[in-house]
Amino acid sequence: MDVIHITSPIDAKTIKELTVGTPVLISGVIYTARDAAHKRLVQALDKREKLPFPLRGQTIYYTGPSPARPGRIIGSAGPTTSTRMDIYTPRLLAAGIRAMIGKGSRSMEVREAMQKYKAVYFVATGGAGALLAQCIKKVEIIAYDDLGPEAIRLLTVENFPAIVANDIYGEDLFEQGKAKYRREGK
Amino acid sequence: MTPKLREIKASDITETVAQLCQRANFELDEDVLAALKQAQQTEESPLGKEVLHQLIENAQIAERKNLPLCQDCGTAVVFLEVGQEAHIVGGDLYAAVTEGVRQGYTQGYLRKSMVSQPFSARKNTKDNTPPVIHAEIVPGDRVRVICLPKGGGSENMSKLAILRPGDGREGIIDLVVRIVDEVGANSCPPLIIGLGIGPTAEGAMLLAKKALLRPLGKPNPDSEVAELEKELLSRINDLGIGPLGLGGSTTALAVHAEVRPTHITSLPIAINFQCHSARHKEARL
Repeated sequence: MDVIHITSPIDAKTIKELTVGTPVLISGVIYTARDAAHKRLVQALDKREKLPFPLRGQTIYYTGPSPARPGRIIGSAGPTTSTRMDIYTPRLLAAGIRAMIGKGSRSMEVREAMQKYKAVYFVATGGAGALLAQCIKKVEIIAYDDLGPEAIRLLTVENFPAIVANDIYGEDLFEQGKAKYRREGK
Repeated sequence: MTPKLREIKASDITETVAQLCQRANFELDEDVLAALKQAQQTEESPLGKEVLHQLIENAQIAERKNLPLCQDCGTAVVFLEVGQEAHIVGGDLYAAVTEGVRQGYTQGYLRKSMVSQPFSARKNTKDNTPPVIHAEIVPGDRVRVICLPKGGGSENMSKLAILRPGDGREGIIDLVVRIVDEVGANSCPPLIIGLGIGPTAEGAMLLAKKALLRPLGKPNPDSEVAELEKELLSRINDLGIGPLGLGGSTTALAVHAEVRPTHITSLPIAINFQCHSARHKEARL
């Protein structure tokens, strides 16, 4: 399998090259946000308030890291289940989010929104938080500090491993993979 | 004759729980690691193999660096088997366990994930308390303590159903296979499936959780139950969900079923999902 090196924020040209099942190594900046932060981001959009970071073109990583030990910048930081974010995601995609990293499949509504707004969804290995933390080189809390692990952090990552699970062409790795290896009912 | 009671200090319980919470989060059990390595050999999907490779490497990094295996350090579920001739001195048993969780999660830099008032404020309690404590009285004068940090992603997929007695074995198989098919991809496979069959609604779920404590892949001693476990494992691995749900032949590492007598009208079945980060450590005092 050929691995593609990509830079985040991901440009519009690269997005077109990402197809389902492709392993990638992501370098650059990504923002962490999960349940509570999503709720606040959408509330801010609804009220037309200032957002903690400009969403356009950015990558969101669904993670709530464990605390850093003294002398370290972060604890474990693997992906959380993405379906819980599905109710907020179409709003954020409409506002310009171009990529998401999480684990597990997405709703049909989110998949349609990804096609419409030309965004992709990557999966990172759920439960590999210690491994993935090794790719995080810099951490800065930029908003919602009161949410603790759910605060929005700006991460600088190097060679963060992920796999394209939904692309801008409407394909879905979960469906494809399951169909390919399924023996039940055959 | 009055039996002689053996004294166990509450402070020792606290210290033990604090240690177990940390070790469970840093050290993946040998049996789980062995199962992941075995699966890496047999997995048909290249992406699935890569995921399993990452999980094995993750376990090595976590242990070497005292980093949690998963950032979700779980709800602290603590099982206590208290010998009827054991006497806890110097404090309240449940308070001692709670203090142990507080200390373990703080000292170990583990993520604190508990929120109060689940339906409204959802305010973080900041020390991962309260734990969920299941205590039972057993013969003897020892106390066995098992800490099972339970991740939210897999726990959220759990299911309870009360089947009709006539649904029988086939009904159980159909239900379990269908539920895993529906939600397995989002509960961090490869999974360990805990099943509780009988006795009542709440009893079934507790049995399902306890089934997760069994050494990985060790069959139920009752051969009929062991056969059911084996058939279910095979059917689940035929679903094609695979590691992380990306497709493959390893959807579950094991199915553990516990069975108890039930009421003439009932066939309760609980499914408790355990992700591959199957963490639990125990000690005997």
